[in-house]
Amino acid sequence: MGKYLDVFMNWLFGYQMSDGVILAVGTIANVLVVALPVLLAVAMIVWVDRKVWAAIQLRKGPNVVGPFGLMQSFADGLKVFLKETIIPAGANKFLFLLAPGLSLIFGLVGWAVIPFGEGMVISDLNVGILYLFAVSSLAVYGIIIAGWASNSRYAFLGAMRSAAQMVSYEVSIGLVLVTVLLCVGSLNLTDVVMAQRGISLGLFNGYFFTGLMPMFFIFFISALAETNRTPFDLPEAEEEIVAGFQIEYSSMSMALFYLGEYANIILMCGMMSILFFGGWLPIVDWKPLYAIPGVIWLFGKMFFFFFCFAWIKASVPRYRYDQLMRLGWKVFLPVSLIWVVLTSSYLVFFGKFSA
Amino acid sequence: MITAICFYIFATILIGSGIMVVFSKNPVHSVLFLILAFFNAAGLFVLLGAEFVAMILVIVYVGAVAVMFLFVVMMLDINFTELRKGVQDYLPIGLLIGIILMVEMVVIVGGWSMTDGIAVTINSATPKVLEVTNTDAIGRILYTDNIFLFQLAGLILLVAMIGAIVLTHRKRSGVKKQDIGKQVRRRRHEAYEAVDVKPGQGI
Repeated sequence: MGKYLDVFMNWLFGYQMSDGVILAVGTIANVLVVALPVLLAVAMIVWVDRKVWAAIQLRKGPNVVGPFGLMQSFADGLKVFLKETIIPAGANKFLFLLAPGLSLIFGLVGWAVIPFGEGMVISDLNVGILYLFAVSSLAVYGIIIAGWASNSRYAFLGAMRSAAQMVSYEVSIGLVLVTVLLCVGSLNLTDVVMAQRGISLGLFNGYFFTGLMPMFFIFFISALAETNRTPFDLPEAEEEIVAGFQIEYSSMSMALFYLGEYANIILMCGMMSILFFGGWLPIVDWKPLYAIPGVIWLFGKMFFFFFCFAWIKASVPRYRYDQLMRLGWKVFLPVSLIWVVLTSSYLVFFGKFSA
Repeated sequence: MITAICFYIFATILIGSGIMVVFSKNPVHSVLFLILAFFNAAGLFVLLGAEFVAMILVIVYVGAVAVMFLFVVMMLDINFTELRKGVQDYLPIGLLIGIILMVEMVVIVGGWSMTDGIAVTINSATPKVLEVTNTDAIGRILYTDNIFLFQLAGLILLVAMIGAIVLTHRKRSGVKKQDIGKQVRRRRHEAYEAVDVKPGQGI
């Protein structure tokens, strides 16, 4: 990206940039090329969410602003932007305003390592999976800090629930990632995708079609818990603790939470497509399908997973808290641990370890 | 150049937030400064080219341990002025421990630069960065070269974990707990009984 800019600037102003400047400008341009569409996608995906939800409940959903109600999110955005930000009297002002920002930042930084195609990635980290895992586990800070800084009982309860929930489900997500990277033999996300080519009988691309299928379901459900979606939306459970950690927030500070949450959800959908469904590769390893650009495959898969998220949100009742903990610690943790052992024994026994 | 600037930024914030951990009045602020310190330490590791250690630091300490710290500190309403009363009494011991740690560090770093043998060992443990990724290098050291020590450490941790559970676990009577197996095992005839009630008589 920086290289083209350099050529352009040279042509326009006769200005030759130094290497450091090219690197800096190129990186910033790359970041904008990814982050702006992500924010736009968040706006559109909120609309999709509401439409799917409405369709399942036999309603119409947003259909007034723009064609098919497409502009609804932007209208909402404008509305919250014009409202007043209220800061509660007993709140810790700095942390109160920092929390929504943190939640948005942690929703966006994960996109730095998501490969959209071969070589189409901001930073092709050696430890891409670990980076994603780290970022997804940080999302809890926005919520905890918000809950504490609000100086409200409901908000605090929401924050405590969220902290316990995220720490529990992180464990099983970590073990699922371990099984995948055992099979790949690398922590680099591009390698993860390339390793899945024709993995299942040379016919399907993606670990989902191999023995890792149960791991995908564990990951999917844990992703629901990590992003506080129903049936695990206990941190914000409207009927129990009003709106949980968001209760004292208004206007843009609340909208930032939503942006962060949805950015995180799309990131999780991206992780699922990359880890289990071959990322930008077509589902079936068949030559003509490669004619379709990889980005479209990746977006298609992400969209499908998001549809599942919306579907679940519309149709599944909320878990009780002790059931949530039981599922995380007594079901997912042992199952994923056993699967790690089974996968590694299989790989060692058949000498399939790719070092 | 950029590396040097980054190093000084990370290092300054790291030391500054480390000091704030000790000196901030509010315990929650202390933990948040601790998290900032972890982040900057991770940044320093990235600058050294140890990206694996940096990520593990963020995942384990920031993602799990610090969340637990925050959780506990927020839940317990600690009165820090009460705690601070004993500072004068503990100051000499604290200083002594600090001095001992300082001396040990000086000895280690001094030994590094003075003895040739140690330098050889240190260099042999780190393969060239470009040849193997540092995940690979750490894996080899931990799981191949020092596997027995690693297993021993794991065993000690396991014993510690079991010990902690045994010490803190208590069975309380009168607590209603869901037993899913029991719920599933329940048959229809245990749950209800059909009674033919005659009119005007009741049960």
